Amino acid sequence: MTHTRVAAIEGWFTLDDEPHLLGTRCSESGTFYFPPETTMSRAPGCSAATLEPVQLSRIGRVWSYTNAGYKPPPPYIAMTDPHVPFVIAAVELIEERIVILGQMVGGVTVDDLAVGDEVEVALDTLHFDDDGNEVVVWKWKPTGRRAEGAQ
Amino acid sequence: MVDEIAIIGAGMHPWGKWGRNFVEYGVAAISDALTDAAVDYRDIQFVAGADTMRNGYPGYVAGATFAQAMGWTGIPVTSAYGACASGAMAIEAARQRILAGLCDVALVVGADTTPKGFLAPQSGERWTDPDWLRFRLIGATNPTYFGLYARRRIDLYGATEDDFAAVKVKNARHGLNNPYARYRKEYTAEEIMASPIVADPLRLLHICATSDGGAALVLASMDWARAHGHANPVRIKAVSTITPTFPNTVIDMPGFSTDSAAGVPAPERTFKQAIGDAAYAQAGIGPEDINVAEVYDLSSALELDWYEDLGLCEVGGAEQLLRDGDTTIGGRVPVNPSGGLSCFGEAVPAQAIAQVCELTWQLRGEATGRQVDNATAGITANQGLFGHGSAVIVSR
Repeated sequence: MTHTRVAAIEGWFTLDDEPHLLGTRCSESGTFYFPPETTMSRAPGCSAATLEPVQLSRIGRVWSYTNAGYKPPPPYIAMTDPHVPFVIAAVELIEERIVILGQMVGGVTVDDLAVGDEVEVALDTLHFDDDGNEVVVWKWKPTGRRAEGAQ
Repeated sequence: MVDEIAIIGAGMHPWGKWGRNFVEYGVAAISDALTDAAVDYRDIQFVAGADTMRNGYPGYVAGATFAQAMGWTGIPVTSAYGACASGAMAIEAARQRILAGLCDVALVVGADTTPKGFLAPQSGERWTDPDWLRFRLIGATNPTYFGLYARRRIDLYGATEDDFAAVKVKNARHGLNNPYARYRKEYTAEEIMASPIVADPLRLLHICATSDGGAALVLASMDWARAHGHANPVRIKAVSTITPTFPNTVIDMPGFSTDSAAGVPAPERTFKQAIGDAAYAQAGIGPEDINVAEVYDLSSALELDWYEDLGLCEVGGAEQLLRDGDTTIGGRVPVNPSGGLSCFGEAVPAQAIAQVCELTWQLRGEATGRQVDNATAGITANQGLFGHGSAVIVSR
């Protein structure tokens, strides 16, 4: 059975084979925003700046990581019953100088990771909706490399 | 430096899971604080309430709720909300009114009744609310963020599971004889490390519970305090309720990301460091003058972060400070002599006020069973969701 893929949220990431997170960039200061900020740049003095849509770097390095040992409460929609712990990482994009949260792709455990590991953006199932669609979200996937300059 | 005000009364309702109306806990705390201050409620000139979001309309208007419960006297009220920092904001509202000369004696109160389990966001489909979205899109709970900070300590500073357990063992011992603490039980490191993982590397016994509780303070101008029988009261020297400076580069609940530092350079001090800095600057004292601290140990590991953020040791030095026994009662700068959130669980709007109650008793020498010897200056610290700093410096 094939499922139609739908994004868990519109406008935060692309759905292609090499997915990117979608952000915005302040035209004056060069500050990046994720989730995409569309109202006003939060950089001080930049309230008149325009916010340009940008694709963020696909590769980053692990700032830290943890897991969900217990099933999170709603509105989280569990994929499995009983709960299988999943890993959550905070990942620093080097060019954008921003740290972004996301689940690690399925199958990764905390024992597989260290601060400074290189990861890339991937799409993975968040849950299936009532119409049988596969609801996908961005997750982080190890590249198997240590990031350059990682401590 | 800012003028001091006096803490002339402190009162608390014991923390627990009592399941009663939060107003009851607040009124009990108020009664104890008024008795402690030897002040009749009818002489109170201002009420500042710290809000709770979980108890319906009365929780959102806590100042008026408690003023009504005590019997309307026509005085002005305010209600403050800054998540975990709400109590500090309410203290600050009362302090400002006293320092401005708009009143002489004020009451500060916070109380909460909490549900069981993880703190969850508001219900409904809330696609523009980051607090709702982090649960839906990532399954990120509050302990997720505590786990991230704890792992950084391990990978960067060589913290071990033993260190996190040692914080819990210490705080459990501190709180053993505290009549207001919910959990009064000693733990061994083995018991702690046998508890289930909640957010790796943190286990159930590393993470604070949510509790019912209430705390209140009676604050006055120094002149009014002295004229009413309080010759040498504990004083509030500083209240820090700062927000972060852009770009905030440490990820905070409930965000998906930090601010980007690609455009504007990151500030030299992190938000949590700046919370303490602002308090020290206002008080005109430094970390070396502090003999006791009450900090927000939402997790055992987070207590270690606060040692560094408050300047009790250098960055990366918290584990050594702990291992040397410096933060245990009897050590150089005992931290969480009350037992901390580890023994209390968090009653959000009451907690920052309870921290100040504890330091008041410590500085008066009235903290039976958990007394820090010769404490003359103390600091409280916590951080509320959505960028609310909270630190109070008291001295005697």
